Amino acid sequence: MQKRDKKYKYLNISKSVLIHILMYSLAILTIMPFIWMILTSVKDMSEIFVYPPQWFPKEIKFQNYIDAFNAAPFGTFYLNSLIVAFSVTLGQLVTCSMAAYAFARLEFKGRDIIFYIFLGTMMIPANVTMIPTYIVLSTFGLIDSLYSLIIPGLASAFGTFLLRQFFMTIPKELEEAAYIDGASKWQVLMRVIIPLSKPALATLAIFTFMGVFNDFIWALICINSEELKTVQLGLATFRDKYLTQWDLLMAGSVTATLPILIIFFVAQKYFIQGITLSGLKE
Amino acid sequence: MAKYKKNKDGLAAAGFLTPTLIIFGTFILFPVFFSFYLSFQNWNAFSWEGSFVGFDNYTRMVQTKEFWDVLKNTLIYTIGTVPLNMIVSLMIAYGLNQKLKGKKFLRTLFFAPVVVSPVAAALIWRWLYDPNFGLINYSLGAVGIDAINWLNDPSAAMFALIGMGVWKTFGTNMVLFAAGLNAIPESYYEAATIDGAGAWSKFWNITIPLLSPTTFFIMVMSMIGSFQVFDIVYVLTSGGPLGSTKVLVFYIYEYAFKFTGEMGYASAVSYTLFALLFILTMVQVKFLKNKTAA
Repeated sequence: MQKRDKKYKYLNISKSVLIHILMYSLAILTIMPFIWMILTSVKDMSEIFVYPPQWFPKEIKFQNYIDAFNAAPFGTFYLNSLIVAFSVTLGQLVTCSMAAYAFARLEFKGRDIIFYIFLGTMMIPANVTMIPTYIVLSTFGLIDSLYSLIIPGLASAFGTFLLRQFFMTIPKELEEAAYIDGASKWQVLMRVIIPLSKPALATLAIFTFMGVFNDFIWALICINSEELKTVQLGLATFRDKYLTQWDLLMAGSVTATLPILIIFFVAQKYFIQGITLSGLKE
Repeated sequence: MAKYKKNKDGLAAAGFLTPTLIIFGTFILFPVFFSFYLSFQNWNAFSWEGSFVGFDNYTRMVQTKEFWDVLKNTLIYTIGTVPLNMIVSLMIAYGLNQKLKGKKFLRTLFFAPVVVSPVAAALIWRWLYDPNFGLINYSLGAVGIDAINWLNDPSAAMFALIGMGVWKTFGTNMVLFAAGLNAIPESYYEAATIDGAGAWSKFWNITIPLLSPTTFFIMVMSMIGSFQVFDIVYVLTSGGPLGSTKVLVFYIYEYAFKFTGEMGYASAVSYTLFALLFILTMVQVKFLKNKTAA
């Protein structure tokens, strides 16, 4: 009996070792493209076009980054991306909290119907609204301006839904105390609900920021001027110019991916939460 | 939702909802209807005017060979990515559900491709797919497979796109599968262990059946996602070579914004795509209803 247990124990240990080896190898394989990107971005061209590929550069060449920033105004692209991403994120936090509060707490005619229409719009694919949205924006003369990237993003069904679900879990007693003290609905939202909803707001903020920062197709359609391009659009046009200049292209790619990767590593809890909470994709 | 009779917060609600309703009305609801209207118009982006043409755009679409090629490519991409994506993400989620050191760290690494920009990711993969100096051909060469001209060979480019597509998106499904796996009560497995079931048998007889609502949801969502692939196509292959990776949204983009500005025709194609996705969603809703009724 004891002997058998021992055998099982060894079997379990070797199985566990095997799972560890397998999972860690798969994980390394998954991030290999990033590692290769970073390594390429600091190599000299003479070390890039070699066969078999060399893993590590003899000398770390940061000059590639300076060259990439000289070849295209990545600084400006960055600024544009940040302006758009921050504006949309801030805007959505405000509009979604307000709408979510109305759906979660207020009593008014047609609330449920409006809410379900809202949920329904989440199923509408972006490419159906793309052409008319372009026409609307161009009617207002907003094409080829950062406004064209900001304004359509200032509300979100996903965000409203996410916050509403969270607001519903807050005990009503907390608000009643505030009402007795004579607070208005706006004050209740700002002073009671919002401070209690930081995790949900953080999830929404991170998701929105990431989505907007990574957005490509909408910038491609709306922006023509070089000085208004976002990082993603700038990088895509950079590709057309420097087709196989992998040193510069990889330096550009690192610049475009690193901020999001860092935010993700620091705040990954919120990313995972956002996906599991809603079961929704970008 | 509780029933109520009074419209006591009507005014306040109007205030709280106004910003959202304005944006939604202008950029979601109006466009949905206007897009439908446009699909019956000969609307040109350059002259900025159109005329009613009935079903012309739709008949032109079904008579255009390129539309069918593009639809076929979209289907190939979907059929190529979705099952592969699901197998990979389920296996990894299952692995992460075992006793494992550094679980969170591993999950972070697996999820990383999802969060990075598709443009940069596609650039990295262009470099990995480089026929002469790319890491992928080098690795294949190590096991005796001849170099493949991934992005310039019409018969290889779709595989290249699928490979990258799976890498870029499996993390989302992994997280969803992990949540589904966590929801299966431990006691089921314990009972099966007492009955002498092995790991394989537990996986097939407990995990797979109990996970099926999650699996179905993931399948439909992944299909909807793959039907709309654009960014990675644009940067990785630009629809080429010889149109072998040109997909529906790319086709819509070309007609509406790149070449001729034929927004009426492009709207007809996007409404067709919308209809396809709508059917997919309805199938899912119906399936889930049956599931809960049973």
